[in-house]
Amino acid sequence: MAQEIFSLTIGGQAGQGIKAAGLLLAKIATRLGKNVYTYSEYPSLIKGGHNLTQVSISRESVTAPRKTNEFWIALDQNTLNVHLNEFSDGAEILFDTDRKYDLSKINPNVNFLPVPLGQLAKDAGGTEIMSNTVAVGAVMAMLGGDLQVFKDLLKDEFGRKGEEIVNVNHAAAQKGYDYALEHFSDKKKEVLTKEEVITQRMVANANDTVAFGAMAAGLQFAAIYPMSPVSNILHVLAANQERYGFIYKQPEDEIAAINMAIGASFAGARSMTATSGGGFSLMVEALGLSAMMETPLVIIDGMRPGPATGLPTWSGQGDLRFVLHAHQGDFPRIVLAAGDPKEAFELTMQAFNLADKYQTPVVVLVDKNICEHDQSMPVFNFSDYEVNRGKLTTEKQENFERYAMSDDGISTRSIPGSGNFFIGNSYEHTTVGHDSEEIEDINNQMRKRMQKLITCAESEDTSPKLYGPMDADVTIVSWGSNKGSIRQAIKDFPNVNFLHITWMSPFPTEKVKSVLANAKHIINMECNYTAALGGLIRENTGIEITDNFLKYDGRPFFPEEIVEKLKAVAPERSI
Amino acid sequence: MTQIADLSTGCSPTWCPGCGDIAIWAAFKNACVARGWDDTNTVLTAGIGCHGHMLNYVKITSVEGLHGRALPMATGIKMANNKLNVFVFTGDGDSLAEGGNHFVNTCRRNHDITVILHDNAIYGLTTGQTSPRSPHGFKSKSTPFGNIDEPISPVTLAIASGATFVAREYASHIPQLAELFAKANDHKGTAIIDVLQPCVTWNDLYDHNYYQQNTYYLPEDHDKTSLTAAFEKSLEWGEKKIPLGIFYQVERPSYEDQIPQIKEKTLVEVPTAKKDLSEVFQKYT
Repeated sequence: MAQEIFSLTIGGQAGQGIKAAGLLLAKIATRLGKNVYTYSEYPSLIKGGHNLTQVSISRESVTAPRKTNEFWIALDQNTLNVHLNEFSDGAEILFDTDRKYDLSKINPNVNFLPVPLGQLAKDAGGTEIMSNTVAVGAVMAMLGGDLQVFKDLLKDEFGRKGEEIVNVNHAAAQKGYDYALEHFSDKKKEVLTKEEVITQRMVANANDTVAFGAMAAGLQFAAIYPMSPVSNILHVLAANQERYGFIYKQPEDEIAAINMAIGASFAGARSMTATSGGGFSLMVEALGLSAMMETPLVIIDGMRPGPATGLPTWSGQGDLRFVLHAHQGDFPRIVLAAGDPKEAFELTMQAFNLADKYQTPVVVLVDKNICEHDQSMPVFNFSDYEVNRGKLTTEKQENFERYAMSDDGISTRSIPGSGNFFIGNSYEHTTVGHDSEEIEDINNQMRKRMQKLITCAESEDTSPKLYGPMDADVTIVSWGSNKGSIRQAIKDFPNVNFLHITWMSPFPTEKVKSVLANAKHIINMECNYTAALGGLIRENTGIEITDNFLKYDGRPFFPEEIVEKLKAVAPERSI
Repeated sequence: MTQIADLSTGCSPTWCPGCGDIAIWAAFKNACVARGWDDTNTVLTAGIGCHGHMLNYVKITSVEGLHGRALPMATGIKMANNKLNVFVFTGDGDSLAEGGNHFVNTCRRNHDITVILHDNAIYGLTTGQTSPRSPHGFKSKSTPFGNIDEPISPVTLAIASGATFVAREYASHIPQLAELFAKANDHKGTAIIDVLQPCVTWNDLYDHNYYQQNTYYLPEDHDKTSLTAAFEKSLEWGEKKIPLGIFYQVERPSYEDQIPQIKEKTLVEVPTAKKDLSEVFQKYT
């Protein structure tokens, strides 16, 4: 039986608190024991435009946006215009009667729920800005939710702003709840019922969880220049720096960001930076510096469609080849890619250990689709994580040689102030770090650095994840945030499996080959034009994937599109 | 205490005979000896250019990073370990052209570092092109018909950008330069020292003779705390009117002084450790 999912979309202008209202609803549903996925679309501006947030609620796991909505909240006329063809029979449309709406073109089989949102907000002692609280209150009534759960949440969210703010919000929520019950109780649905067993869960996106991962791993220094879609990483870090004793610095540009982070790392601090493709472009010269100096560094690249400024507030996966090849010359780099917030947390924590162990830059790829889409998940348990700083000494050593030759390619590093003399050198260098153009030094140091990648490939578990049966009629291979939509889509396809790759460098060649070599039909799915992963697979395994399902319009894959694709590929074998 | 011999790396300088860098090197080593700067308390950074070779000839832990990026490297180090004396060797091409953004922003933040700007008004290592310090009309390989750009004064720029210690010295005044390095390091905040450094190979205009003839020390009554007086003096340039000495020095909390996280201990004095996030997670439930 198909999974039951209830989706609600709030549409309106930037500045109307749409995302905030969506997050409140997501947290309410999560507190009631439901699974939740939120999805947002918005243009690159602060006020106006058309913004939407979708909240999908289910008793089972829900990891992707949906194309249909059972409930709409239209905070402006534009929402009705833009989505005119999406209002299905029986859908609820809640709108603000304080604004003038033209409902004439809308499917007559929908249920209109006119609520004077602004007026009720004012009646509650607030201002029009609290219309979203009134709306969520009305939703609680319409979806059979316990208003007290919403009130408790409002207290948790606004408590630090004072009792009065909480009281006004409580009153606004109550007004919306009462109005909806009074006028539309016949259209009430049981969606927000309380589950019997409720484990403690949280609602977060990958920006949050990257910041969590960094803090959990003992982050000491972060320099991040604001850029969509990763700015929220720096917001979380900035807010928590005193609590955890690290420094977040806003630098003058991305070049300063990465050089500061390298400087702090050179001095001995666990360091990171984060950016999107454009900022990463500016960081490229220092990416190679970090590898040349063998200074650990974690870099988060939150992908959005490019080139140039591209589509700042949309999602893409066009940076894979870029981060794998950026910079002149040869050097070892580790590149990981996360598919959901939990994976982003785990890979970020791991990235810090990898950077320290292999003394080289580690890039973690995320994309807007997970950076900004909150979903419910169990509170993370990372009790098995241990900080590993690799070969690092802060004690004075006799005849210390920072770049001494070693079988695994990894030399012991030290920090300034330790009494050990060494040079972190951008130039090719001797084992101490002095400039050198001697053939022996050049060859030794290049081989030593590159050996680290071999050591890494041999020592780390780089395995991709296989979801679904070992033996399948169709194998989807993909990476990054497509994971959520693919997993959602293949729930109804017992003969389809999905290979999710998280290590891009070093590439898990044998493991990928072992799955794909026996696959009957492979579909490679990516949000880019050139099928970057497909190329990488071919380069490493020799397997050419001809069925590339690609999307580069800034929108993520919707499960509905994947279902359609699967039905076209294997109609008689699926479902 | 640090002795001159302790600072020797065994590498021979590759600078041209007569290069101002040699004098800066001597002055810096003298200051190291005078103040006990060594591998236990000091770190050096440099950009790319003739100045950057310095790091091969002073046996103190250092980073030679990227062209123009010595300042963010240095400030990253300082934030991670604010107990270290942090010196930045940079050039006029390094900090005024390639790294101009970092120069302005480092000054305005008042990081507690000392910046030694090797100012030779030429690109030396790339064999003689015009720099942001080359005068209008200056002929070089990149400006064979004369430089159209106007030069910029690093002293004026540093003062305008918010540096709290701004000085100039001529490279061959070795004892005075050594003392200036020490004073600059004592100063809490960003100290910029514009060092007039003759390039004997590529810049015939600003040679040793030129600076010996045309520099003078700021008078005793120059008010170092006056922004106006400092600006006015910083704009002077030309025959017999190149001021040397401390143009500007004021007390303002350094960047590092304003970070509560490093009030007691530096970042790197606290061992890297896994953190308990339960309080943070609570906010997301």
